[in-house]
Amino acid sequence: MDEDDFLEPGQGMSQDQRAELGLGALVFVVVGLLLAMLAFVVHEAWPSFAHNGIAWFGPGGSLDQQIQAIINSGQLKEAPVYTFHAWALIWSTILITVGAVAIAFPASLFIAVFIVEFAPPWLRGTLEPVVRLLASVPSVIYGLAGVLVIVPFIGNHLITQSQKASVTPIIQLSGASLLAAVLILTVMIAPIMIAVFVDGLRAVPRGWLEGSLALGVNQWRTFWKVGVRTVRPVLVAGTVLATARAMGEAIMLSMVSGSVPFAPNPVDGLIFFFEPSQPLAATIIHNTEALNSPPMKATLYAIGAVLLFSSAMLSLIGWTAKQPMRRYGVIA
Amino acid sequence: MELRKPPPVRRLTGIWTPPTPAPPATNGNGHHPVASFVGPAQRAAPSSIAIDRMQVEELSVNYGEKPAVKSVSLPIRQGEVLALIGPSGCGKTTLLRSLNRLTELTRGASLSGRITLDGVDIASMEATSLRRRVTMVFQQPNPFPMSVFDNVAYVLREQASRRPRRAVVRGAVNDALARAGLLDEVADNLDHPALRLSGGQQQRLCIARALAADPEVLLLDEPCSALDPVSTRLIEELIIKLREDVAIVIVTHNLQQAYRVADYVAFMYLGELVEYGSAHKLFGTPSQQRTRDYVGGAFG
Amino acid sequence: MSAVRAATAGVRPRAGTGSAYRLTDRIGLGLAWLFGLLFCAIAVAIVIYFLIEGIRFLRPSVLFTNPVPGVSESQTGGFLDPMLGTFIVGAMAMAIAVPLGVAIAVWLSEFGRPTALARVAESAIEMLAGEPAVVLALFGLTLFELHALGFLSQVSNGVVLGQSFFAAAALLSLVGLPMVVANTREGLQAIPSHVREASYALGKTKIATTRRVLLPAARPSVITGTMLGLGRVIGDTAIVLLLLGGTLNFQSANSVPVLGLLRGTGDTLTGYIYYNAPTGDGNQPDKAYAAAFVLMLMVLALNLGVDLVVSRSRKAVRWN
Repeated sequence: MDEDDFLEPGQGMSQDQRAELGLGALVFVVVGLLLAMLAFVVHEAWPSFAHNGIAWFGPGGSLDQQIQAIINSGQLKEAPVYTFHAWALIWSTILITVGAVAIAFPASLFIAVFIVEFAPPWLRGTLEPVVRLLASVPSVIYGLAGVLVIVPFIGNHLITQSQKASVTPIIQLSGASLLAAVLILTVMIAPIMIAVFVDGLRAVPRGWLEGSLALGVNQWRTFWKVGVRTVRPVLVAGTVLATARAMGEAIMLSMVSGSVPFAPNPVDGLIFFFEPSQPLAATIIHNTEALNSPPMKATLYAIGAVLLFSSAMLSLIGWTAKQPMRRYGVIA
Repeated sequence: MELRKPPPVRRLTGIWTPPTPAPPATNGNGHHPVASFVGPAQRAAPSSIAIDRMQVEELSVNYGEKPAVKSVSLPIRQGEVLALIGPSGCGKTTLLRSLNRLTELTRGASLSGRITLDGVDIASMEATSLRRRVTMVFQQPNPFPMSVFDNVAYVLREQASRRPRRAVVRGAVNDALARAGLLDEVADNLDHPALRLSGGQQQRLCIARALAADPEVLLLDEPCSALDPVSTRLIEELIIKLREDVAIVIVTHNLQQAYRVADYVAFMYLGELVEYGSAHKLFGTPSQQRTRDYVGGAFG
Repeated sequence: MSAVRAATAGVRPRAGTGSAYRLTDRIGLGLAWLFGLLFCAIAVAIVIYFLIEGIRFLRPSVLFTNPVPGVSESQTGGFLDPMLGTFIVGAMAMAIAVPLGVAIAVWLSEFGRPTALARVAESAIEMLAGEPAVVLALFGLTLFELHALGFLSQVSNGVVLGQSFFAAAALLSLVGLPMVVANTREGLQAIPSHVREASYALGKTKIATTRRVLLPAARPSVITGTMLGLGRVIGDTAIVLLLLGGTLNFQSANSVPVLGLLRGTGDTLTGYIYYNAPTGDGNQPDKAYAAAFVLMLMVLALNLGVDLVVSRSRKAVRWN
């Protein structure tokens, strides 16, 4: 027996009211903090955007030189230089993200369908924990595996000497490349998609599937035409979440993508896949020592702001994409 | 101490005299107003044909250790409606589902005995081919989350080796909807989502969908149990109209419904086929005591 | 003959002819099998690879000695401090995230008015879950460099360092928070309403019901959320790189026993691995393998823990 076992008139009610107020205030504070963080990042990033305008997102000049100039101007206490054209970084991010999502999506869909409907029970029991495991492996370990296995493999076995020689004046082909980045990122984001897809597919009402089977349609078509078609919003949500994850990946990409702010050129043919680059998130990691230079800080914050807004938008889209499912009574 | 005898039960037949037919329930434009009076129905006259379609021979179905159907044999004929009646859990649905091999979907189910369709053992056919010839309508209407047209066209599109054009399929879709008595109500809205229809319309849509496959046998698993009386009446009329084209097997726990639509009745109790005979005989002068008790309402 | 039969004459193959599975169906099914097995193979390959390489280089000395600046592998010691660092940040971050997360989840699930705040809170937590850790780290750095927060790290020459265990743990708690909130909410919402109604009918307040009935019943979900959040926290590298100072050993801020350590800088396993990877400054792959092995074991253990909790809770609780 304790004091809240007995509801005294007037006393119990205010206990709930107090709790509601207290908890609500806590939530308000946390949400306020998160929103303040958004505002703060934009505020710190503003000088870089203001000085560059829309050209911030465009190409132009050598990024290495631009970064060096920015850092120097801050550290040497000169007039601040903000000139920054991030196109090479943005292009790298786009290539790596789109590449990884494009490979991961069909693979994840097939694997999810397999897990939910066609895998024999012993294989299903293995696959599900495996998916969960791969989802929780730290990105630095993926990066380590990439640097120690994939990158040397590409560098030594896939890239020919002549290919290396042909680009030597501009860049070095060491194996740390688009290909390595896309491959490892695919394995990293696939578990996210698979988990979301599996949840959605499991929620499809059995009645529909049974109805289709009873009409003489085979199991594969039934699942594809009725099941997968029904969960299209879930497919969108999973893809969007995985894209956000791919964009924000910094550590693994900083280890395997080449760390050279170079914009890979599809015109180069096969060499295109072996070219190094540096996506946005990895750029921040590479320049953290220069944070004491105010213009560099603003620039890094500007990159952070771009990442922040992109991932926030994607998360919101993913969240709202799940809502229409409830119309059918499918709760995923 | 003497056991009290159960009170004499009122028989369904014998006291019943067919009343004059009820006034037509449709209004001018062919729609059935919801509030129309559902008059007492009568038993339809027997149809003119009786073609053997399926034969169940000594069928037994076990779920693991538990027997669900024990050594049942009966014929299924086109031109006759066969009703499977009996209390809950006595094997009617299992028997129905074994006719199109849906029992295979349940883990642990095992069958013995033989079921033939047009003389061929169904176990030797491909399950999907069988299920196109023996289609099923379920208790809970389950139209797919597509348009009305796509629902009915589903079977036609997924059967053919090349996806047929809409124009080719349209005729068949309209025909199936007409046979199911739904065409008038949805003719203007064929592309609207099927889930927006009312419960009764959805079930008729499921019947249309099953008919679109042009089956030889149509299985109905308590199709009206989730529906209102007007929809039930419509579907029962539909069943009687269809029986000349398709062999129909209907599972129902509603004795009055069985009385209205069935030509032949099979009474099942605890997995056994207690009695099989024409509806007239089973409801009028059943030969088994258990049948008499069930039909008279002594248990259910 | 019915019109349907006539209409479908050209469309339907005669029953019994034609295979039930078209070629595309077979290909699809084959692809599903292929991808499924391939995925398993990749996962097994990764785990086995790190197991083998890790065992090769893992010696007890490595676990129990501290890193020492040196040139060759045999001189540079082990990773005791970084390993302890992982435990410390993990514990600190979850010590913040769990109470906070449970409180938020309770409010969202049981109270949730005004609705506008609830919606904003839900989307804010979703956005936080998807946010790159780098951005959080950037923000944290500037936050903790404020003079007002100098007590949480070190100040020298009037400049706040901004890097300490406190700083790292604070931001890492944001990384673990969404998992705790999501799982706790799920656990609470899985409890059928008649349980709540029964408690209210006995005169108990909402908050008492939550404390004594709902939260204990949702305990497996809270534990799952905590473990999943902890998994994310110990796997994070970006925040650690920016906010923990990256000193190989603990460098306490002052000589006060615990607080000095927490105000000081240090490293975690993830930072250690990043540093010793071929791309890092340390470049000692053998040590990186060993540390990666230990980290993988921790992650595996957490995953197993989650599986155990989930399976046990499924057997124990059955709502009617």
